[in-house]
Amino acid sequence: MKALAARRRHPAAIALLILVGLLVTGGAYSFAAPKDANASAAAADTVAQGKTLFLANCASCHGTGAQGTNEGPSLYGVGAAAVDFQMSTGRMPMTSPNVQAPAQQDIKFTSDQIAAIAAFVASLAPGPAVPDQQYTTVIEPGTQENNEAIARGGEIFRVNCAMCHNFAGAGGALTRGKYAPPLQGIDPVHIYEAMVTGPQSMPVFSDTNIKPASKQQLISYLHAIENRPEQGGMTLGNLGPVSEGLFAWTFGIGILIGCAIWLGKKAA
Amino acid sequence: MTEHENGAPAQSTDLAHASSSGALTTRGALPERFENPGLPPHVYRAADVEPQAAKHAERQVATLFALSMVATLVFLVTYFAIPEESTFFFPGVGTINTLHVALGLSMGFSLFLIGIGAVHWAKTLMPDHEIVEERHLQRSTDEQRASAVNVVVEGGRSAQLDRRPLLKYTLGGALGLFALPFAFQLVGSLGPVTVGELKETIWDPEENDGKPIRLMRDPEMTPIKLSDVTQGSVFHVMPETLQKYLDEGRHVLEAKAKAAVILIRIDPDLIKVKKAKDWSVDGVVAYSKICTHVGCAVGLYEQTTHHLLCPCHQSTFDLTHDCAVIFGPAKRPLPQLKITVDDAGYLVAPEGFHEPVGPSFWERAR
Repeated sequence: MKALAARRRHPAAIALLILVGLLVTGGAYSFAAPKDANASAAAADTVAQGKTLFLANCASCHGTGAQGTNEGPSLYGVGAAAVDFQMSTGRMPMTSPNVQAPAQQDIKFTSDQIAAIAAFVASLAPGPAVPDQQYTTVIEPGTQENNEAIARGGEIFRVNCAMCHNFAGAGGALTRGKYAPPLQGIDPVHIYEAMVTGPQSMPVFSDTNIKPASKQQLISYLHAIENRPEQGGMTLGNLGPVSEGLFAWTFGIGILIGCAIWLGKKAA
Repeated sequence: MTEHENGAPAQSTDLAHASSSGALTTRGALPERFENPGLPPHVYRAADVEPQAAKHAERQVATLFALSMVATLVFLVTYFAIPEESTFFFPGVGTINTLHVALGLSMGFSLFLIGIGAVHWAKTLMPDHEIVEERHLQRSTDEQRASAVNVVVEGGRSAQLDRRPLLKYTLGGALGLFALPFAFQLVGSLGPVTVGELKETIWDPEENDGKPIRLMRDPEMTPIKLSDVTQGSVFHVMPETLQKYLDEGRHVLEAKAKAAVILIRIDPDLIKVKKAKDWSVDGVVAYSKICTHVGCAVGLYEQTTHHLLCPCHQSTFDLTHDCAVIFGPAKRPLPQLKITVDDAGYLVAPEGFHEPVGPSFWERAR
């Protein structure tokens, strides 16, 4: 110790001291901070922000820990996709208790807020994520290859979806006031999310059932039939015999009755 | 005519007597017979009395016919002039095919204008005098009837039918037998005599040389692993044996129509019936998708209530109670398909259906 103290004024001492100081500081910093320090801090912030929003807007029905109550189901494992679907289409938060949450035009949250809540719910348990843009991009008809993909999507749609959502995606009735909503004019991302999460009455069509590429074909089919010209003229909502029968009975028979009255009227 | 005029007053008198003996007599004396008011006086049309108006009506009719000709010419021209793929936007309807609209409207108008032209002609220019045509008696006189019978009897006698009964019976037999082909076609077209086909599906292991049959996704025809069927999932399933029919391209629809199966994963604790649980794997159950009412595809599954709804007549089946009918006209639960997992982890049906799928038929129980 005395020897060290005696050499403290050695010309090399100051340089050595600076070197040790730098090493300790650098080492300590590299230990304390992970490599993606900024990203993680932001994600943690998002989850925290999401939790705040969740407690303020969702917890009254879904519980403070998203464990579910009598009013709303547990959100463990529903994933970010479910939150994004339900909130971006205006279904959640529900305005009043009902058999089914209807889609609404008035979206109460910004996409950042929805993403924050989704991040919070996704942090509770693993679940389907918001789909990759690769599979929610619509295949446009035109080339032979694209047309075949769209036709394939139509086949998958008719087997898996058409019984509830109607052959043209016009929607249909279920039991006790529930219904399958129309699929016209829906964001491809939301169609994808609905398939992987199975919102409300709808069952799940996970990626192990209908592959992501097939889902893309299916979405493209819906897009294609929505934009195709109507070869037969007025579709009357694509509801089949109900609307067509109503039209024929009111207008068709109305015109026939008018003609019959004119025929039977005396000329003078 | 004279007969009728004699008869009519007598009948009317009877009627008057009948009514005068009824309750109405209390209101005082009714006339013996009501006066026939006859036809209202004829009103002449403008075209009947004014040549100017007649000329005007003629021009109107001619114009309607001419317009019909124009519409027909429009039809002929547009048929060649408008390209098939041409479309236009019509407010309230959407984008529609120009050719179809032009052809439909022009043909409709060409026919409709002929029709209203003809009716307008009849109403304005053709004679409109009221004509009374008395109904004549339907019954012939006794002499006429007797002579008609005589013709038939005499004809039979002159053809020697009464003297040669052999001819009579062979002719009768030939004509009677000739009715059989018609009767056969009618009865034969009512359905197959053997109903075995109705009891078979391509899920029967004999279709696969006795081996268990893999469940395949419809329409992709790819096998399904147990791990693929996530909670709340619905798969629309066809048997592996359908591939043979698809490759041959024969009887595909008959095979598919009876083989359609819906595969659903629910919480195993929700399955209340022991048989249903025994025939399932980890809450994955498979049921025939063909409604037991009239055979529609029961495909509307509600994940929250575990109800399967048939879109045709709203028969509702409860998945948690072995697909028992809880609403609607169906009388029997959907038949369950027993499933297990093979060595490679794929879902298979080892036994096929234990009862005929789909709607009832006479011989079902036998």
